[in-house]
Amino acid sequence: MHELSLAASIVEAVTEASANYPGSTVKEVRLRLGALSDVIEDSLRFCWDLTVEGTPLAGAALVVTKIPVIVHCAHCNDDVELESVQSFRCPRCGELAADLRQGKELEIESIEIDDHCVEQSSEE
Amino acid sequence: MTTRIVELRRGILKKNDELAAGLRARYAEAGALVLNLVSSPGTGKTAFLERTLRELKQAGARAAALVGDLETDNDARRLAASGAPVRQINTHGICHLDAEMISKHLDGWEGVELNQLDYLFIENVGNLVCPSSYDLGEKIRVALLSVTEGEDKPLKYPTLFNSADAAVITKIDIAEPCGFDRDLALKNIHEIRPGIKIFETSSKTGAGMAEWLGYLGEVRAGAIES
Repeated sequence: MHELSLAASIVEAVTEASANYPGSTVKEVRLRLGALSDVIEDSLRFCWDLTVEGTPLAGAALVVTKIPVIVHCAHCNDDVELESVQSFRCPRCGELAADLRQGKELEIESIEIDDHCVEQSSEE
Repeated sequence: MTTRIVELRRGILKKNDELAAGLRARYAEAGALVLNLVSSPGTGKTAFLERTLRELKQAGARAAALVGDLETDNDARRLAASGAPVRQINTHGICHLDAEMISKHLDGWEGVELNQLDYLFIENVGNLVCPSSYDLGEKIRVALLSVTEGEDKPLKYPTLFNSADAAVITKIDIAEPCGFDRDLALKNIHEIRPGIKIFETSSKTGAGMAEWLGYLGEVRAGAIES
């Protein structure tokens, strides 16, 4: 339901970052979305297309990497990947495990750009 | 022409997260315990908050509330009857509160100084999906669930329940006619958020309120010490 707000935030961040490369075209925007981020990918893509239409980001592809949930199991003393978010139990020993280590990611990892100009960026 | 990858590695909601971090520091400095109440529409957040505000006032504590809804100030008017300062936030279609809305409504809130409050309650928009991603700088996120909703609600909305610090079951006075399976509900909440503190309450009869208020006092005392 809030994918439109998220799409707008992504556009803002990417526009800001690509401003360091004047004249460039953003080809791809790579996201990391945790299994607990509550983002519906189809809905985000739909909102993305709507949001970038008519802007310099039009045509940029969203590439999504899904990040599974990892919890620390105190019983096994190890980080384990959950099979499903329906149960926060260690798949190895069956004990409840509350200590969340990964899975809430809602991140822009990187962007791929075609740089038409000589670099004017202050970034290395 | 060259193709290059530019690493960003930033949160999509970075702006909200930064604002929320600022709010968190502000609440801590003022010594106010801030709670974010989240549930489906109709769980009884407002009734629960009405009772909480009233009982806190009777106990001599200073509490205020910000209440989010898409439209109307009905909830603010209901809550204001408790005597506590209440301010309505209308999101006009947006399905959640964000840190910026909180910040704007804290500023210029007539008669309310954060450092004169013991508690600030934020009643979020009724929604079990979107509010989970938006940090409001709260110390405690409370997920509420009523006995009329079905015991599997935590399994259906794991992100929200997993992000909560406390869970409140409301309307327990009508648990029996609703055929509410208490054990199953408690099991499901623990399955999603192991070890979470759960309060079983009725805003009508006052059941469970003493435990809830006791918890608020404890958390506040701890928050001030730390």
